[in-house]
Parts: sequence; structure tokens; C-alpha cells
Amino acid sequence: MTEPTVITAEEEFQVIAGKTVDEPERLSWDSRTRRVITVYIPLALFLIVLLFPFYWMAITSVKPDYEMYDYKKYNPFWVHSPTLENIRKLLFETEYPRWLMTTMGIATAATFLSVGASVLAAYAIERLRFKGAQHVGLAIYLAYLVPPTILFIPLATLIFQFGLFDSPVALILTYPTFLIPFCTWLLIGYFKSIPYELEECALIDGASRLQILRRITLPLAVPGLISAGIFAFTLSWNEFIYALAFIQSTEKKTVPVAILTELVTGDVYQWGSLMAGSLLGSVPVALIYSFFVEYYVSSMTGAVKE
Amino acid sequence: MDATVDTRPRFVPQRQESWLARLFDSKPFLVTLCMLPTAGLLVVFLTYPLGLGLWLSLTDTTIGQRGSYIGLENFQSLMDDPVFWNAVWYTIFYTAVATAGKFLLGLWLALLLNHHVPFKAFLRAIVLLPWIVPTVLSSIAWWWIYDPQFSIISYVVVNVLHLREHYYDFLGSPWPARWSLIVANVWRGIPFVAITLLAGLQTISPSLYEAALLDGASGWQKFRRITVPLLMPILSVALTLSVLFTFSDFQLVYAITRGGPFNSTHLMATLAFQRAIPGSQLGEGAAIAVSMIPFLVLATLLCFFGVGRRKWQQGGGND
Repeated sequence: MTEPTVITAEEEFQVIAGKTVDEPERLSWDSRTRRVITVYIPLALFLIVLLFPFYWMAITSVKPDYEMYDYKKYNPFWVHSPTLENIRKLLFETEYPRWLMTTMGIATAATFLSVGASVLAAYAIERLRFKGAQHVGLAIYLAYLVPPTILFIPLATLIFQFGLFDSPVALILTYPTFLIPFCTWLLIGYFKSIPYELEECALIDGASRLQILRRITLPLAVPGLISAGIFAFTLSWNEFIYALAFIQSTEKKTVPVAILTELVTGDVYQWGSLMAGSLLGSVPVALIYSFFVEYYVSSMTGAVKE
Repeated sequence: MDATVDTRPRFVPQRQESWLARLFDSKPFLVTLCMLPTAGLLVVFLTYPLGLGLWLSLTDTTIGQRGSYIGLENFQSLMDDPVFWNAVWYTIFYTAVATAGKFLLGLWLALLLNHHVPFKAFLRAIVLLPWIVPTVLSSIAWWWIYDPQFSIISYVVVNVLHLREHYYDFLGSPWPARWSLIVANVWRGIPFVAITLLAGLQTISPSLYEAALLDGASGWQKFRRITVPLLMPILSVALTLSVLFTFSDFQLVYAITRGGPFNSTHLMATLAFQRAIPGSQLGEGAAIAVSMIPFLVLATLLCFFGVGRRKWQQGGGND
């Protein structure tokens, strides 16, 4: 990664001015102290605040009950006798594994459906260049700006009419409403970066348009496809309101909904199990994320820059 | 040699052009075929429901019962509903305060990450975590952090720092609950803002800063005259999206307070849900959801055109 920054410029300047690079910032008072105060301390504070809830989640999920509710005797920031009891309860006394599988299945299906539809749409808009392609592109972008919270009520009646209520198919078909716009815009950006000349050459050589899409455009757009895919997967894994409104039976719920509606019962909350459930439910997306960080960052920033 | 043998080179490629192959080479057909899945899904599950929502808001539909047209009655009853007005007011407050918090802190974090710090790529990856993890799940962690008896924040303030006598009652009364939700929302939103703005910062050419340095510009002047203007385009888009999704937020509030205590933390989205699904008044819920639309359009236009203008908004090309 080459990341030219403010400091590089200043360092260069200081090198020109005869200063050593070891003295990174200003010419004024002790620059190292200054740098620690203005950069490292705020950065450390940010990291602590941003990560603390996860630490707290993790530490709570391995605490036995007597530790969790006794701050006088046990320091709450540490666990003295870690236990897997909460996780065992979650896995064997609730339907948690099933919820995980359901969520996985729905997210995967919705992702493939959306990415497939988006590839074709993006190819048509960016490469076939039909009349009004720009307007279609804009319409799809506008679709991205329609939040699910104003759609779920009419969608619920629609799902009911289709006889899809309480069926995972309802979610697989409705998730593309927010996935397709996002993926299409991402892929349009990627297709733009592929030189048009490549396709022209293929056309001259007598390839059909479908051959061009399959043999030239798609292989070159693989990074874009991966970005769109992992993003769509994460978004469908995180989706909440449709899953809450369209699914009723316990065994068909997705993880976020199930934790909130099945594990939160009565007035006494089982914080250990709740935290264990939240932690396990976050692991799949966190894992995918850790493998594809660069794709994430590029697709997130790419979609905004577009 | 027999001169009748045809030795002319063949210019026409020997393709077996079936009608199917020719069909797939015709552009209108291909365009239709490619757009069909997207158009179909979006029209059936997005455009149609949008219209259906408008219609539902004019009926008295309940769950399991087809309603009839009642005109603007739903909206009229909402006009006299203090809970609804409270939700409208809190939604605006929540959006305004949370967005301001997210952008100030996010910009600060982006500027910090733009320095030469060790493990930069790793830091950037870690910082995005709150945004990646499902909102409901991290909200449950916040709910636990805000627990009246075992809140870790209260523990630190009361038992470690000895600044207070009693534990905070974060979610038990209206104002603390409202602020608690805003803090959780800001926490979740900082990474998105920071990473998008960081991407914007990295596109600013360092030679501009060099020139400014040679001209004797102060740090603040550089920030004000170089960083901010060049960051505007990406800032306006990030702001639009952020405002839009904060305004229509549902998960966080539903997970932590469900609108309580005393309906004080209802957002319009959570109120619409509560009236429509558990309360089974689909018509009334749709009316609340529909009343979000003018606000959303207004906020979007304001952010988009007010903050920064981009090339294609001024009628230029789309590239």
C-alpha cells in the first residue's frame, strides 16, 4: 500500500531543510511528546471505545453466573474461572445450531440470487449501452435509498398473499431489494475499469456477446464479484426487520431475530447465554471479513466514491 | 493441375449460425434478458410495495382482514396522537445528534489514521469491526453495558473512580435512555464515516500540502483550505447515506429499549412496526411509515445538494 500523507510531505520538507527523519513532526517543542499526545493517545482511546463492547461480550460469555453478578468479590474486567457452560447451554438446550444453519442458507441463497441478477444488470447498463441505460442506472441507485423500514408493512401483506409467510423463501426473495442496488452499482464501477477495447477485439474475432461476458468480462471482474458477494452475504446476515416481520415459527428464525425473541424471555435475562449467542452469531461475518478486509474497504469506499 | 479447385481464402468464419445464436447476438433481446431478473425483483418487491404502502395508509386494513378506503383518517388520528409526535421529534433529534457525533468523531479518527502509524492496515481492519458485526448483536452487548444493576460503566464511575454514589439508570427514564441510544448509534456509525473519509483523504495529493507549507500555512489553515474542500464530494455522499439510514433506523432501538420507557424512545420506524405487526393495525402502521417519506426526501436533498456539488449533478458526464 502506498499511502502518501501529510507527514510524508512534512518529512520530505524537513529532509530538505537539513533535519533528520528521526524527528518526525514540527520544528517547535519536543515533537515526539507532541505526537504521542495528538496522535497515539486519541487513537488508543478510539480503539478502546470501539473494541470494548466486543471484549465485554466475550468475557461475559465465559463467566460463570456467580462471577457475573458479583462485582464486589470478582473484578468484572477479568474472568477468574472461565466456563463453557453458557455456550453449552446455547448449543444443546436451544435451537441455536438450527438458527445458524437457517441464516447461513438464507444469506447464501440471497447472495447468489442478487449477485447473479446484478452482474447481468450491470453488464447491460455499462457494456451493452442501450438507450436510457443511464436512467436505469439512476433508478437502481434510487432504489438503494429506499429504506426497508418503509417497505416492510406492504411487503408483509404481499408475502402473505403469495403464501410465503413464515417461509425462508420470503426472505430470499425480499433481501435482493437492498442487495441488488448495492451490488449493481459496485459492479458497474468494476466493469468501467475493464478496457472496452478488449471486448471490441473479441467482437471482431467473431465472439458472441454471451461468450464475451463469460470469457472476458466476468473473469476480469472477479475481484468485483467477490466484493459484491461478501458484502451481500454480510448485509443479509445482518438483516433484521424483514426476518422479524415475516417469520414466526421458532425453528425458522434467523440468528439476530432468534436471539432477541427466543433467548430474551421473562424479566430475568440470561446474560451469559445472550452474550454467547451474540458472539457466536458475529463469528461467521467476522471470519469472512478478516479474510477479505481489502475487498470490504475497497467496495465500501468504491460505492461511496462512485 | 486442375484449376477449378477453389483456393480462395475464406473470409466468412464458418460458424453454424442457428436461430438461437442469432437471437443471443441481437442487442435488444440481450438487454431485456439481462435486465429481466433485476427489474422483476425490484418491481415486484420494491416499487409495487412502495405504492401498496401508500394505498394501505389510506385504508383500515388489519392483519387477516382486508380493509376499505377511509381517506386520510389514519393521518388525522396520528395528528392528535402525542406518541406519534414524540416519535417524529425523537427521530429528528436522534438523526441530528447521532450524525453530528458520527461525523465529528469519524473525521477525527480518519485524520488520526491518515498519519504514519505502525500497523496501519491492521488498525483500519480492526476499526471497521463495529460496523461489520450484526447491529442487533452488538446492540445486545450495549443493552448489557446499560444494565441498571450490573452496568460496567456505572461500576467504573461508582466503584473505581468514586465519582458518584449510585449506579446510573441508563434505560429506566426517558432522557438517559434517549442519550444512551444515541451513544450506541454513534459507536456503530464511526467506522463507516472514518473509513470512507480516510479513503477521501488518501486521494488528496501531498504536493498541495507541500505547497501550503512552503507558503507558510498553519495546520488549521491547511485543514480548512485544503482538506475540507477536497473532502466535500465524498463527505456529501457519506452524509446523505448516513442521515438516510439513521433516520430510518430500527434495529438498535428495537433491540435495546423497544421504544420504552413510556414510549419515549420510539423512532418512527419502531412505532410503525409496533402498531402494524404486534398491534396488527397495518393501515395505521403504513401511515406512520409513509409519513417518513417527506422527511427522508427532504434530508436527502438537503445533504446532497446543500453540502457538496459533484460533477454530474451540474449536468456533466456520469464518469
